[in-house]
Amino acid sequence: MHNKTIAELARGLRGGEYSSRELTGVFLGRIQRHQDLNCYITVAEVQALEAADRADAQLAGGKAGPLTGIPIAQKDIFCSRGIKTSCGSKMLDNFISPYDATVVEKFHSAGAVLLGKLNMDEFAMGSSNETSYYGVVKNPWNLDAVPGGSSGVSAAAVAARLAPGATGTDTGGSIRQPAAFCGITGMKPTYGRVSRYGMIAFASSLDQGGPMTRSAEDAALMLQVMAGFDAKDSTSVDRPLPDYTTGLDDDLRGLKIGLPREFFGAGLNSEVAARIEAAVDEYRRLGAEVKELSMPSLQLSVPVYYVIAPAECSANLSRYDGVRYGYRCADPADLTDLYTRSRGEAFGAEVKRRILIGTYALSAGYYDAYYLKAQKVRRLISEEFQRAFAEVDVLMGPVTPTTAFGIGEKTADPIEMYLSDIYTIAVNLAGLPAVSIPAGFVEDKPVGLQIIGDYFTEAKLLNIAHRYQQVTDWHGRIPQGYE
Amino acid sequence: MQWETVIGLEIHAQLATRSKIFSGASTAYGAAPNTQACAIDLGMPGVLPVLNEQAVRMAVKFGMAIEAEIAPYSVFARKNYFYPDLPKGYQISQFELPIVGNGHLDILLDGEIKRIGVTRAHLEEDAGKSLHEDFHGLTGVDLNRAGTPLLEIVSEPDMRSAKEAVAYMKKLHALVRYLEICDGNMQEGSFRCDANVSVRPAGQQEFGTRTEIKNLNSFRFVEKAINFEVERQIDVLESGGVVVQETRLYDSARDETRPMRSKEEANDYRYFPDPDLLPVVVEDALKEAVKAELPELPDAKRERFKSQYGQDQDNASALTASRELADYFEALVQESGCDAKLCSNWVMGELAGALNRNALEITASPIGHERLAGLLQRIADNTISGKIAKQVFEEMWQGDATADAIIEAKGLRQITDSGAIEKIIDQVIADNPGQVKQYLGGKDKLFGFFVGQVMKATQGKANPAEVNKMLKEKLR
Repeated sequence: MHNKTIAELARGLRGGEYSSRELTGVFLGRIQRHQDLNCYITVAEVQALEAADRADAQLAGGKAGPLTGIPIAQKDIFCSRGIKTSCGSKMLDNFISPYDATVVEKFHSAGAVLLGKLNMDEFAMGSSNETSYYGVVKNPWNLDAVPGGSSGVSAAAVAARLAPGATGTDTGGSIRQPAAFCGITGMKPTYGRVSRYGMIAFASSLDQGGPMTRSAEDAALMLQVMAGFDAKDSTSVDRPLPDYTTGLDDDLRGLKIGLPREFFGAGLNSEVAARIEAAVDEYRRLGAEVKELSMPSLQLSVPVYYVIAPAECSANLSRYDGVRYGYRCADPADLTDLYTRSRGEAFGAEVKRRILIGTYALSAGYYDAYYLKAQKVRRLISEEFQRAFAEVDVLMGPVTPTTAFGIGEKTADPIEMYLSDIYTIAVNLAGLPAVSIPAGFVEDKPVGLQIIGDYFTEAKLLNIAHRYQQVTDWHGRIPQGYE
Repeated sequence: MQWETVIGLEIHAQLATRSKIFSGASTAYGAAPNTQACAIDLGMPGVLPVLNEQAVRMAVKFGMAIEAEIAPYSVFARKNYFYPDLPKGYQISQFELPIVGNGHLDILLDGEIKRIGVTRAHLEEDAGKSLHEDFHGLTGVDLNRAGTPLLEIVSEPDMRSAKEAVAYMKKLHALVRYLEICDGNMQEGSFRCDANVSVRPAGQQEFGTRTEIKNLNSFRFVEKAINFEVERQIDVLESGGVVVQETRLYDSARDETRPMRSKEEANDYRYFPDPDLLPVVVEDALKEAVKAELPELPDAKRERFKSQYGQDQDNASALTASRELADYFEALVQESGCDAKLCSNWVMGELAGALNRNALEITASPIGHERLAGLLQRIADNTISGKIAKQVFEEMWQGDATADAIIEAKGLRQITDSGAIEKIIDQVIADNPGQVKQYLGGKDKLFGFFVGQVMKATQGKANPAEVNKMLKEKLR
């Protein structure tokens, strides 16, 4: 049962082959058995079974939607009423949200069953899931390798069949990079497509929630629930929601694919490059035209990102001050002591590093040279994408320069770690949608193909991903030990 | 040496929206602590601000009233600092691109009109309140006020005395209430002021070093604090010292200003555009709509009162100082059909005095314009004299009887019957032969004595004009 996709499970539930309670029980059992991966911070067993019973009643009454009774897992960055929402941090280890994030609410209304909350890099800051207060998470394909980050656990949990689908958030590649490392499908929608209300902010102008699943079809089903205008998020875009599943089988003949030269430069592992080229050839066989193009400003995306994201995070994380909720140090001597020790004791090293970088970048005398300059370059990057989309329909390239690296391999060198997001970051800076799909293996570790589209072309991207998955089976592979 | 004072004011007007500027929580004053703070006001993880359209509309309304530039595109920024009553660790404000640009306000002082520049006005959220009492050495935080919309109105350094500053503040206070964008309640902190004060030798072009006096919440304190601060700065300079640029607090109990801790001075607020909010775009359609809603403004009303009601500059200014007072006056004229001067004399005289003594606003006056109209009509038709009318007014103030009912019940109707008056005059003349002799001998001043005697004998009810006329005849 656990090896079925969401689409298959939904058919099984509607056909009465099994109940949501049974299905939920299967996943709760697997979560219990595979605690070694360290995926779940909170397993919401009681609530999950109650939700499953409600779903079964709906299914019996013939009132089921596509996700009714389907168990899913939420990244612990989405606030869930009554269930701990930690954001992977000691700071929020005691935090029970009084409200549901819009995304959580939408899954509830769709009748999905929340299995629990998934581990993650602390406040989504990390590329390897090594910054979580709740410990390192392993990659199910190779237990010595990282699952990626910051939604690495969402990817690991889906790959290890500990949930049929999970939510992730992507600020600089945090859905796509772990999807690539764990051999699953991950989509970062257009900025503004999925509500950020209740999604704990890291860098507000870059953060975007999205689905992490085993197939493009499943991603379409989940995105259908997650996406849509939300009056509670001022940056949410008010435009009609297309049906993401109807066009999945559309023909790809005549599709124009662009390959930015900058995605295939010196830093790219040659084996990874070979898999990407093979995937592009597959698209040629499906009738697509491929052309190379140059996007020189992409090279600037890492430094731009590491000014803007820390600047925004430095303000976003100011609310964690030990005053109203979350961690408070013992016996503060005075107000300054309360602030400095509460924050000093509860934030991890990576979070502190980014708060410091951001605070510095926004300081008087540096603002123009860093923040303002970064915003200008950000605009140039967006414009470069627009020029590219005047020539081609989508861009393709690798998600990451290498496959999943070893646990502990890059923790000593933050710059090295930051560079692992070199192909994903520009997409966030421009606010574009992109999807990562499995495109083969190098030394038994998955490789991800990245497909980037123009604003609000999620349906097209899912169609392109789905067609590939119809002619390949990389996405169907199961990591050993999790069959 | 002659010194010139230079003052600029920053006024925070709390906008009279029903809900907060970035959340749906109520802005009503006086609720139990933390009962009017929702997840957004509390700065819970994951919450996002959504701008209140009414607040924007009110800011635009203000901008149009001071003939300011309304920015077609303005931006909210985060002002970063830590304080327990600031839930997010930053205040959402406007910094580089405020919604209201250059405008002006005219003040009237000693019969002269002076134009004060308004540099800008921007929207921002208020913080909560720290409560230091009742917590046994701890500090309590009440976040009911957190997220309340404020319009911060920054003037040019155009004022040259505490009196001018107060006149400007009063004018602004009247304006925001005319516009119905702020209730102006200074005790509740709905309208408060920071004053930037400096002095310079008369004739010097450059400004002196300024200090900022924070949180002045009454006109009287503004005047006293500025006067104290001006004296202090002059003393410092005349004794060879230098004024330090700093923030000071006014202590009303001691009538002095003193520096706030310097630590609070050294803030770098690290302003940057708030990525959670889109830029505010004010389209022409909104400006048109707001323009159509603009009420008659104080200056226009004052000019109209001068021409339509024959009021002089001072009276017209006083009557139009608040929209409610002006409305009361106009309703009174309308209702009574009496001469506007009679109406303004009563509104500015007896009524204003009584309201003042009882610390009441015109809207809370126990005597509404209908009842006062009833009284003025009896003066106009000579049923009672002005003097008796004051007595009737007192009675009216205490209860809810009409002027006519009181006049009837107390028999205050004026004696206009010349026969009755003549009889009393004859009696007065008969009773005071000595005074009659002196008067006829040329002591004209004694005429008042006879009037007084007649009035006394009639308990003030004789028509004074009639008494004068008849006495003159009798004493010829």
